[in-house]
Amino acid sequence: MAEISLRQVRKSYGPTEIIKGVDIDIADGEFCVFVGPSGCGKSTLLRMIAGLEDITSGELRIGGRVVNELPPKERGVAMVFQSYAIFPHMTVRENVAFGLTIAGASKEEKAAKVAEAARILQMEHLLDRRPSQLSGGQRQRVAIGRAIVREPSVFLFDEPLSNLDAALRMDMRLEIGKLHQQLGATMIYVTHDQVEAMTLADKIVVLRAGEVMQVGSPMELYHNPANVFVAGFIGSPSMNFLDVEVRGVQGDRVVVSNAALEPVEVRPKVGSYAPGTRARLGVRPQYLTPVVGDGAGTPPNAGRLHGRVALTERLGAETIVESTLADRSRVIAALARDAVYPVGAEVTLAFRPEEAHLFPA
Amino acid sequence: MAAIDPSNRGLRLFARYAVLTLVAVIFAFPLVFMLVSSLKPDDQLLRDTASLRAFLPVGDLSLRNYYAAFDRAPVGTFILNSVFVTGVTVALSLFVCSLAGFAFVFLRWTGRDLVLSVILATLIVPFETIAIPLLLVVSKLPWIGAEGLTLGWLNTYRVQIVPFIADGLTIFLFVQYFKDLPGDLIEAARVEGASNWQIYRRIVMPLSGPILATAAILKFLVMYNQYLWPLMVVQEEGRRPVMVGLQYFFQLNRAWGEIMAYLSLITVPVLAFYLYLQRAFIASIASTGVKG
Repeated sequence: MAEISLRQVRKSYGPTEIIKGVDIDIADGEFCVFVGPSGCGKSTLLRMIAGLEDITSGELRIGGRVVNELPPKERGVAMVFQSYAIFPHMTVRENVAFGLTIAGASKEEKAAKVAEAARILQMEHLLDRRPSQLSGGQRQRVAIGRAIVREPSVFLFDEPLSNLDAALRMDMRLEIGKLHQQLGATMIYVTHDQVEAMTLADKIVVLRAGEVMQVGSPMELYHNPANVFVAGFIGSPSMNFLDVEVRGVQGDRVVVSNAALEPVEVRPKVGSYAPGTRARLGVRPQYLTPVVGDGAGTPPNAGRLHGRVALTERLGAETIVESTLADRSRVIAALARDAVYPVGAEVTLAFRPEEAHLFPA
Repeated sequence: MAAIDPSNRGLRLFARYAVLTLVAVIFAFPLVFMLVSSLKPDDQLLRDTASLRAFLPVGDLSLRNYYAAFDRAPVGTFILNSVFVTGVTVALSLFVCSLAGFAFVFLRWTGRDLVLSVILATLIVPFETIAIPLLLVVSKLPWIGAEGLTLGWLNTYRVQIVPFIADGLTIFLFVQYFKDLPGDLIEAARVEGASNWQIYRRIVMPLSGPILATAAILKFLVMYNQYLWPLMVVQEEGRRPVMVGLQYFFQLNRAWGEIMAYLSLITVPVLAFYLYLQRAFIASIASTGVKG
């Protein structure tokens, strides 16, 4: 069993606090992704779990055991680095077997385990090559191979795909997903790419400036973001935010509007609101649809935004329309199918209230 | 710029080679003079220095000077002493100084930066200033050997070796080189369960070919050219190195031919060492040229 728990984990360099009291629980066999912008502390947190960085305070448990003071090798973790960190003076075989060699494994055991790892990663033909003879994707496989031969209970991935080109990144993403299903080990994966986070994770931890913003499944985060930061970070293109005024509050319903937005009644999931105060209304670009003609096709309770087309990007399957609203803010709509919206044309965009998110200002 | 005219390019290449050849010849002249002169009798040698004949193997050539040099001084013993002292010191120095460099770069300990700066500060202290205090120290140092406990290291090999094993420059070279090694490699090895010793032996050392060669060459030169220190601490002829041996040829009856013969003999180990390391040096660069 390799469940991981962090309790009020902190990290400071001198007076600067990098990790500010993080609580996370990761179940055995779970695929957990730490995501956040550069400098949010996600890599530092991973390195603390690996044992490469000291924990200033708090408690880190792996498999129920407090491991704060244990060196990396006694934590039962394997790590894949962004730079791959393959030893350039060793062949692929020696690289993959490195952990076993250090542990004093027998020749037969090494050969069997390396063969098994090579089979899983489809790199049998690479075993006798030197790292300098490998492509980026192949090096990544070697790095993963080195991690899996020791059969660790926890795998740590530090932005493993960010040095690969787009096509290869997608292939390797699928492979890492498959690997997780095959091995069933606990995996923690750090990335700044929210697509990787959404596709791979059982659980996503969104970090910002050393603090946990939200923990949840990808769909929880997508549909029920706890705050503006998570709402804006998860989803692509990112969510539109409108500065709105609260017109009225009735039970769990709140009516909001602004210069460009007709009054609309929404049910906020977070925060409390009072009439006359400001708030932020978030709508994903995919949930905005143009109102055609007299709006007969639009539900009566829909939110309506009025603006002018500022820019369109026609991608074939969808059309990205950026509009300027009356209050000079801009919204992006991702409209299904190809369509022509002349720049400067007036446009009304509608959204269903249940697909909007209200946050305190 | 237009395409380079091929004849122009040929000319430039010729000019470049001409300059390089000239420089090579200038550097080779003293060596050629030494070798050629070692084969000539003294009167011819002195006469020839007035002309280009000084660099040509002409006239009365023989190995007489070499026989005479061996008669005058225990040349073989001096060379063996120097090779032994230099070889052992270089080997120990590479080991000890690379370990020190490893500790300064890859281990975290209190006072690390302070200790390193003190070591670097020793670089500006010339050996001559510490020679006398060091002599006093080594003359009193105990040693447990075949004869039991003895005091004083004078007239031994160890007095020529031990003080030179660790030095600031060599440590500094290793520190600088280790700082440039990718930190991820070290951390990856750590996560894979490697101890510090295993990281040193299996990761850091195999990647340190170029710096080992550089440090070895520098140390070799210093050690092989030792003069002042062995002159101070070794009176026994059987333990003296080559440079001290040179004195034997500057006594009453000075013989230039024999001096040239002796110099030619003691240059051989240096050249052999250079040629050997040059090959290792190039090979190590070729094998570590891996980019992420």
